[in-house]
Amino acid sequence: MTDLTATRYQTKRRAHLAARHSSEKRFRLYCIGAVLSAVAILGLLLSSIVMTSLPAFTESTVRLELQLNAPAQDRFYSDAELADVNWRSVVSRALYDYFPEVTARQDKRSLVGMLSLGATDAARDAFYKSKVQPGDVVSVELPLSDDIDLVVKGIIDRTLPENERIVSDQTISWLSILEADGRVERRFALALFVNGDSREPEMAGIKGALIGTLWTMLVTLAVSLPIGIMAAIYLQELAPKNRFTDMIEVNISNLAAVPSIVFGLLGLAVFINFLDVPRSSPLVGGLVLALMTFPTIIIATRAALASVPPSIREAALGVGASPIQVITHHVLPLAMPGILTGTIIGLAQAAGETAPLLMVGMMAFIVDTPTDITANATVLPAQIYMWANNPERAFLARTSAAILVLLVFLLFMNAIAIYLRKKFERRW
Amino acid sequence: MTQELTKIRAENVNVFYGANQALYDVSVDIPKNQVTAFIGPSGCGKSTFLRCFNRMNDAIEGCQISGNIMIDNDDIYSSKVDVVELRARIGMVFQKPNPFPKSIYDNVAYGPRIHGLADKKSDLDDLVEKSLRRAGLWEEVKDRLTAIGSGLSGGQQQRLCIARAIAVNPDILLMDEPCSALDPIATAIIEELIDDLRTGYTIVMVTHSMQQAARISQKTAYFHMGQLVEFGTTDDVFTNPADEKTEAYISGKIG
Repeated sequence: MTDLTATRYQTKRRAHLAARHSSEKRFRLYCIGAVLSAVAILGLLLSSIVMTSLPAFTESTVRLELQLNAPAQDRFYSDAELADVNWRSVVSRALYDYFPEVTARQDKRSLVGMLSLGATDAARDAFYKSKVQPGDVVSVELPLSDDIDLVVKGIIDRTLPENERIVSDQTISWLSILEADGRVERRFALALFVNGDSREPEMAGIKGALIGTLWTMLVTLAVSLPIGIMAAIYLQELAPKNRFTDMIEVNISNLAAVPSIVFGLLGLAVFINFLDVPRSSPLVGGLVLALMTFPTIIIATRAALASVPPSIREAALGVGASPIQVITHHVLPLAMPGILTGTIIGLAQAAGETAPLLMVGMMAFIVDTPTDITANATVLPAQIYMWANNPERAFLARTSAAILVLLVFLLFMNAIAIYLRKKFERRW
Repeated sequence: MTQELTKIRAENVNVFYGANQALYDVSVDIPKNQVTAFIGPSGCGKSTFLRCFNRMNDAIEGCQISGNIMIDNDDIYSSKVDVVELRARIGMVFQKPNPFPKSIYDNVAYGPRIHGLADKKSDLDDLVEKSLRRAGLWEEVKDRLTAIGSGLSGGQQQRLCIARAIAVNPDILLMDEPCSALDPIATAIIEELIDDLRTGYTIVMVTHSMQQAARISQKTAYFHMGQLVEFGTTDDVFTNPADEKTEAYISGKIG
């Protein structure tokens, strides 16, 4: 009788056990599936950005022999004389000489149109660099315009019928002659990293936006870090627990959840209209982003302070340290890794922010690289948005390249956070 | 026994945590240069009472104390008393060894540094060495003073904490279950040290081990439910308890 019951329970238990094991296995598979899909989406995103951006990292040039026709008295051209030269006509003449059969004004214009507007600068730089005697011929690599560049890279298909592409048959035939003569080459597009913004895709670079981002982050850090840490220390360590401090706490948590564009409106109303901070400057952008960042820093700092074991505080109090000494000598150093990590994550978040900067004029076409925090500037995410809005096809690759640079920038900041955490980590 | 000098006098001490009363009308005279042990079941208020002596309860939200505690006939809860100064006179050793995550040297030197006790580097070196010697740790750590304090064994860490406490040159040492996290060998070393320190310091110790109280203390106070049930010489309390609750506790019937 009892034996029978025992056997029946055992059978039941075994049947149930199999079901439990298989459900556990299934759950495990779901989790693996979730990780795989996350990795796949990330991989897809990254690879699509990298693939699209690749053409932006090279540029096409044509090598032409340039000669100055103005005879000079000196053995070498002086800088003053070089400054007076009409470089555009020097470059144009080289092309006209290469294609003597082109005579019509219209055709001559499209012939010169194959070159980038930056070609005149390249020509001038070449002459400034080398000491040239009058009558010398200088061979210079001149950048091609964005459309021709796309033909060279094969992004514009030259086998398509003429009415389906932006470049005419005639232009392509000239390009083919230059290519056949071995004058067309592709090189690394340094312009992408050393130039500011430009209307011409082949001349547009991210240097201005990158430096603008650095200045802005500097302002954000300088404002939000001290305020954030001090506020967190007060709330976590010194403040009495009452309704007023509870209210402050709730408000800070809410501040972290406020939509970022609202901070932009606040910046416009307070910093620009009321305090007369210069518009479009890293100063105003950094202040707006600091408003966004410091709740994050407060929350991270408070968590880091709370995780310092109470035994350390007791030990310090026990030998007669004052409350402030307990904080500055013991609690703060131990909380530093957590504070730094929170700060850098907050900064990385701010570095990728576009919406609030829209309101304070940082979404602007700015060619010059900012030299201080009050100069006109733009930032990387704003630059990406503006390039994405441009109609020229070559901006597509430029946009992806800028995204890649932003991602590398953020990756770099996160790497710093990890490094600092490891460096300051202490055991107790 | 010769005339005892009272070091700490507590009169009608009541302690409240918010609405809960943790101690009821405790009055006790703690003699100078002796070891006084507080025993009793968990939650009986003995640690709370110990922490009244260096005002460590001040930091606890909602903690209120009434009654008088006099050290050397000075009321330590008077508004004229600076807590930092008070804690320099009263060292404390905690249940779990809690060295700072700094070097052995810096652990011991921290107190003298913040109180400005040493004018020269050599004075500080001497003070560190003296304190470590007094805590019986010098021979074990003299070659690695720059090593991190938390890298020592549990018993060594606790002796480091004792060295840290006596480096400030206090005259009272409070010990809150100093051996409860240690193995029997480390415990024996610490007990021997406490017995040895008695000549220079007034020691008040909370312990869960009645054998420990019997071994090293001269006076014993038995607490029960926030009340001081019995206080007397250790010999009397253990061999001839006046109260039946004390007898029940020391004979293992409650606790």
